[in-house]
Amino acid sequence: MLKRVYAVFIARNREFVRDRGTLAWNILMPVILVFGLAFVFGGEGRNQYTVGVLQSSAEIDTREHPFLESRFIEFVPVTDQADGFRKVERHRLDLLVRLGNDRRYWVNPESPKGYFAERLLLQSDAAVGGTVRKAQISGDPVRYVDWVLPGILGMNMMFSCLFGVGYVVVRYRKNGFLKRLRATPLRPHEFILAQVASRLMLVLIVTAFVYLATHLILDTRMDGSYLALLLVAVVGCIAMVSLGLLIAARVTSEELAGGLLNMISWPMMILSGVWFSLEGAGPAVQGLAKVFPLTHILESARAVMLDGATLLDIAPSMIMLTLLSLAFLGLGAYYFRWGPD
Amino acid sequence: MQTALEARNLVKQYPGVLAVNDVSFTVAEGICFGLLGPNGAGKTTTVEIIEGVTPATSGEVFYFGELAGRRFREEAGIQFQNTALQDHLTVRETLQMFQKLYDRHADLERIIADCSLGGLLDRDNRKLSGGQRQRLFLAVALVNEPRLVFLDEPTTGLDPQARRNFWTLVQRIQATGTTIILTTHYMDEAHVLCDEIAIMDAGKIISRGPPDELLRNRYEGLIIELPLEDLSGDLDGIDHAIYHNQGIVEIMSTDVSTSLEALTPHVDNLNRIKIRQPNLEDLFLDLTGHSLRS
Repeated sequence: MLKRVYAVFIARNREFVRDRGTLAWNILMPVILVFGLAFVFGGEGRNQYTVGVLQSSAEIDTREHPFLESRFIEFVPVTDQADGFRKVERHRLDLLVRLGNDRRYWVNPESPKGYFAERLLLQSDAAVGGTVRKAQISGDPVRYVDWVLPGILGMNMMFSCLFGVGYVVVRYRKNGFLKRLRATPLRPHEFILAQVASRLMLVLIVTAFVYLATHLILDTRMDGSYLALLLVAVVGCIAMVSLGLLIAARVTSEELAGGLLNMISWPMMILSGVWFSLEGAGPAVQGLAKVFPLTHILESARAVMLDGATLLDIAPSMIMLTLLSLAFLGLGAYYFRWGPD
Repeated sequence: MQTALEARNLVKQYPGVLAVNDVSFTVAEGICFGLLGPNGAGKTTTVEIIEGVTPATSGEVFYFGELAGRRFREEAGIQFQNTALQDHLTVRETLQMFQKLYDRHADLERIIADCSLGGLLDRDNRKLSGGQRQRLFLAVALVNEPRLVFLDEPTTGLDPQARRNFWTLVQRIQATGTTIILTTHYMDEAHVLCDEIAIMDAGKIISRGPPDELLRNRYEGLIIELPLEDLSGDLDGIDHAIYHNQGIVEIMSTDVSTSLEALTPHVDNLNRIKIRQPNLEDLFLDLTGHSLRS
């Protein structure tokens, strides 16, 4: 069995590596994105800020301050000050304000959106006396590039796994290559295993290269262990490849496969926190995001890189990703068809 | 000679189309068995059911007496009519990859020499010509030293020279005792290569046996052939079977001299008369009423 898996694994690797255009795009695209965001900060994905309001109640009274009536700002009640600080540090809140008698606000100096939210607050506050005071965050604010790097690496991994496996399997099915393999002793699970192994290895190499390049040049933050980060990458990649295989299990049209893969990948890209935090989004949206493997990959990668999380800390996300992988692989193997029949 | 393959009551029903209609046949070990028929006759579907790549609606396939399964996949070599190989892989890598999928291994160097692939080993699969691809497909079908080889319309699209070279190659494989199942719609190909043929039409086998025996049983004599436009008047009074086929008149004759004598007054131009042996194309036309390549 291993001999057959190895043969298909090697052949797929060669096919990928020799397709220079695809390989170059896989490496260059995330690098360009990271550098672009790091130097220009022009990649803000939405025109809405998220501001935490430090207060004891869970309801925000917009009459309390004119700032709370600002449009295009999502106001989120924050009852725990330490939690609020942490969210500001990690770009999950653009600004944290405490209104009432002793008005204060906290902003991450590395956050471009925080800067604009601060301007809006000061402008609104001037209308009612201008008494709000800026306070220092006691923690260690992270730069936006540090926060967004795991998102871009995860997004690249997602596209590479979903399209690199899902789309390719559908192409193999459509051009008859799968039919040719079916006429050999190769079994479906051996073929699937070879695809997972091949993509896993290639994605890990590409991701490591991109990470290393950005880390060396931009001195990105890494508070945790590389072993934990590697585990996140491996488990996350397996989950993504498995999802790609499930989508491609019996689709015979490349157009349909492309549509399905886009239908899966775009919501993941938007809702899993690649570009911005979902803090302030409704519970339904946050619940939906928990179903996506990318959410767990990014949460655990950020926890390791920005907070120094240990293997134990990220265990829940790893378990969730493993369960998702098993479900995707099981369903994918069950529905898998070599040909259109 | 033992039976290498037996297809028993194969049926393939697609929505609205009965592609294979209760097809049964046996193939003795070591022979070249031809499955003939026009496009859409059901021969490729029949072969793909036997190969295990298309599920049958009903019916069974036996390989050396046992239900075709893992042993069959290990010992059979298949050259598909329409297939693709992985991009960016060379001919050598493709052969090596496929060989590793089997426990049985043929001598790769011998296959490369037999299929004339020596000069192409480092060439990307995408850069092969039609004939080169067919030779590679055949080589892929041989990497496991198969006891049974399926060739599905292997010379379609090849030029006459390439076709004849391919025939030589197939004859060389056959000489090693390998059983061959060939599907084709080229009658000359079937006549040259096959020990036994089955003619399919509309999903059924309508005739089966060694090609020469089928022709002998069906025809007595030779065929006189002439263009319809060279005839003056009709052929009333000429007591032979007459066929009108695409502007050609064909007259079956057991005594060519007498037939020509009777025919001469009715023909304007004798220079275009041909006299030939009946062939499988004639047989098919007789059996089905339509041309093989229609």
